[in-house]
Amino acid sequence: MKFDSFNRRRFLGASAVAGVGLAAPMHFVRGAYAADMSCNMPTGKTVTFGWNIPLTGAYADEGNDELKAFKLAVKHLNGEGDGGMLKTMKPTALKGNGVLGKKVAFVQSDSQTKSDASRDGAKRMIERDGAIMISGGSSSGVAVAVQGLCQELGVIFMAGLTHSNDTTGKDKKRYGFRHFFNAYQSGLALAPVLAQEYGKDRTAYHLTADYTWGWTQEESIKNATEKLGWKTAKAVRTPLGAGDFSQYITPVLNSGADVLILNHYGKDMVNSLTQAVQFGLRDKMVNGKKVEIVVPLFSELMAQGAGDAVKGILGTSNWDWKLPDEATKNFTKSFGTEYGTPPSQAAQTCYVQALLYADACERAGTFYAPAVIKALEGFEFDGMGNGKTLYRAADHQCFKSCLVVRGKEKPKDKFDLMEIVKVVPREDLMYDPKIFGGDLGPSTAKQC
Amino acid sequence: MDAILLQVLNGLDKGGAYALIALGLTLVFGTLGVVNFAHGALFMLGAFCAVTFDKLLKLESVVVDPEKTTAWGSKLEIRTPYVEAWLGDFGRFLHDYSVPASILLAIPVMLVIGIVMERGLIRHFYKRPHADQILVTFGLAIVIQEVIKHFFGANPIPQPAPPAFAGTAYVGALFGMGQTLAYPWWRIIYMFFSLAVIGAVFAFLQFTTYGMVVRAGMHDRQTVGFLGIDIQRRFTVVFGLAAVVAGVAGVMYTPILPPDYHMGMDFLVLSFVVVVVGGMGSLGGAVAAGFLLGILQSFASMNEVKSIVPGIDHIIIYLVAVVVLLTLPRGLFGRKGVMEE
Repeated sequence: MKFDSFNRRRFLGASAVAGVGLAAPMHFVRGAYAADMSCNMPTGKTVTFGWNIPLTGAYADEGNDELKAFKLAVKHLNGEGDGGMLKTMKPTALKGNGVLGKKVAFVQSDSQTKSDASRDGAKRMIERDGAIMISGGSSSGVAVAVQGLCQELGVIFMAGLTHSNDTTGKDKKRYGFRHFFNAYQSGLALAPVLAQEYGKDRTAYHLTADYTWGWTQEESIKNATEKLGWKTAKAVRTPLGAGDFSQYITPVLNSGADVLILNHYGKDMVNSLTQAVQFGLRDKMVNGKKVEIVVPLFSELMAQGAGDAVKGILGTSNWDWKLPDEATKNFTKSFGTEYGTPPSQAAQTCYVQALLYADACERAGTFYAPAVIKALEGFEFDGMGNGKTLYRAADHQCFKSCLVVRGKEKPKDKFDLMEIVKVVPREDLMYDPKIFGGDLGPSTAKQC
Repeated sequence: MDAILLQVLNGLDKGGAYALIALGLTLVFGTLGVVNFAHGALFMLGAFCAVTFDKLLKLESVVVDPEKTTAWGSKLEIRTPYVEAWLGDFGRFLHDYSVPASILLAIPVMLVIGIVMERGLIRHFYKRPHADQILVTFGLAIVIQEVIKHFFGANPIPQPAPPAFAGTAYVGALFGMGQTLAYPWWRIIYMFFSLAVIGAVFAFLQFTTYGMVVRAGMHDRQTVGFLGIDIQRRFTVVFGLAAVVAGVAGVMYTPILPPDYHMGMDFLVLSFVVVVVGGMGSLGGAVAAGFLLGILQSFASMNEVKSIVPGIDHIIIYLVAVVVLLTLPRGLFGRKGVMEE
């Protein structure tokens, strides 16, 4: 070919062929290139997790317990301490040498049990500190807010204690995962025990905390008890942090209801339960039956606040340190040796979430968020304290056993406030994800 | 009928707490002219005097058993309360009656706290605008809250009423209604306690020379000063007295509401509304408005009322405040010239 025959048309043709030739290999390595584009992919010797927990505000004690659990999880992931549930989790890809060869580091932020403060904290940990995953909880309002932020930024959120149906229902997100059970499951678990203990001819009166969690719990428990044949006399919403509930309790006395259901949590639960007992509700006879009080979501830390009022009260719990399985024993021993107290259910769910995320990264072989999401979706495991557990792909809700518990009449110490009435198997707690609506949204990788 | 009586009782016991806090607020405002946003924190501090007293009574000797461990892995500790070991039955009695007994601790502690607060901080703000006073006392309240949270945690700490008063009283029997109307004993005691404290404060101001001088100072501080009376010192004592009133109100409230670091703030806003409705600087107004608003709040929470006006229970107090201030701008018993400069 003579040089003078290399005209403009031939030059353009040759350039196009060369361009296609050079770009072709990119088609085959596209995934590898995109992996580098996921938010906060670690480049050094460590990978940073972000703990977003309430260290101040009404749930501060739970937040502190969650933080202890997270620190213990980091220790165990890095191969320090006695290994805790790493020894019992099945199957597991964790080796106790960090995650994918990188040591786990962490940053923390006080969520203050406030949605705006928790979003600010999570954003700071992601954007400034390079956190690749956010975890923590104690309020569903906070969980829903932080989950939404994590979806926007492309960072996985492993929710801590959050019990509203909305977290994995109408507000579910592709980047959000919940290990804790929900209000609907509390209803499914509690109803048969209520029928057995109090009969099928009862009239209930609900006092409900006026926010997302209270509404969904009221709805769930109302549906479950009405299916039993119970009637609902009235469902009254109470403002969060009302303090003195006496003006809401006095109408119960003349309502014809023989069961008071307290859809309250935290400080509200302590106050409303204490005051309901003071008003002699449990000594009263209505419709020829002894009046009973039910607290659908129990927390051992709150039970300490309610003192004697909690004795004999039925409720549900995600987990209890007195369960006899090996995983629970291991975790309780690790936690007790480290901190001198048994772990709460809030601590257990946070510890498990940290391990599950780390394990998913190991199984995916990458920190690339969409791949980790895929590894978590539909994952089945055992040996974490709740029996065989499924992370359902359709809504990112864990399905596992939960507990019906009762305030102990004669506790041995302040950590022995609840007795396990029934371990409700996972099969009894399944439901169709469509009933709550919502959309997980895309798992598109994002740069933050 | 019994439903209405129940709400009246409920309103009276609620109103008792509002009136006690509002009384202290008004006392400080009337004498020192200071808007004290830390007054709710004094109520909370009183409650924590009860908690502290209870903790002192529960101090235990701890012996660690090296052989045994707890179910959660830490070493087993054998605990024996000192008071019960040393005083036997009297120790157990003290333990049962720790709430009323802790008033003996609360009175001197709150008096000292009140005087230190006034001498150390508040007096520097007498001549500053009310906005400055509000800012500094609100900041002080937050500091006190955080200190309490640091030492006692964020969760409520239950304080049981003495066993003899833990149950309910059949009030209905007094009205020939049999056992249909029952009300907690401790709330009835609280109602009478608040009336007794209010009566004692009024008697102190009305029937003692000290009180007479304070009242004179409230009306005309300068003239009382010209007569050679150190009115400032008396006002400092009045601040201490207001702190004691708030403190004992807090102590006795603990069996009704398990105390936590935030309980003062919950009462503060309501108490300010009570003071404004009663009339700034009017002691009688504060008491009357406390009981009035307590009863109205209680009735507004009845399901029959809420079915007519939904949500009325949340706004009734503020609604009444708006109506009262529109019709009587100085409040129910407000004095002319107070906060009107």
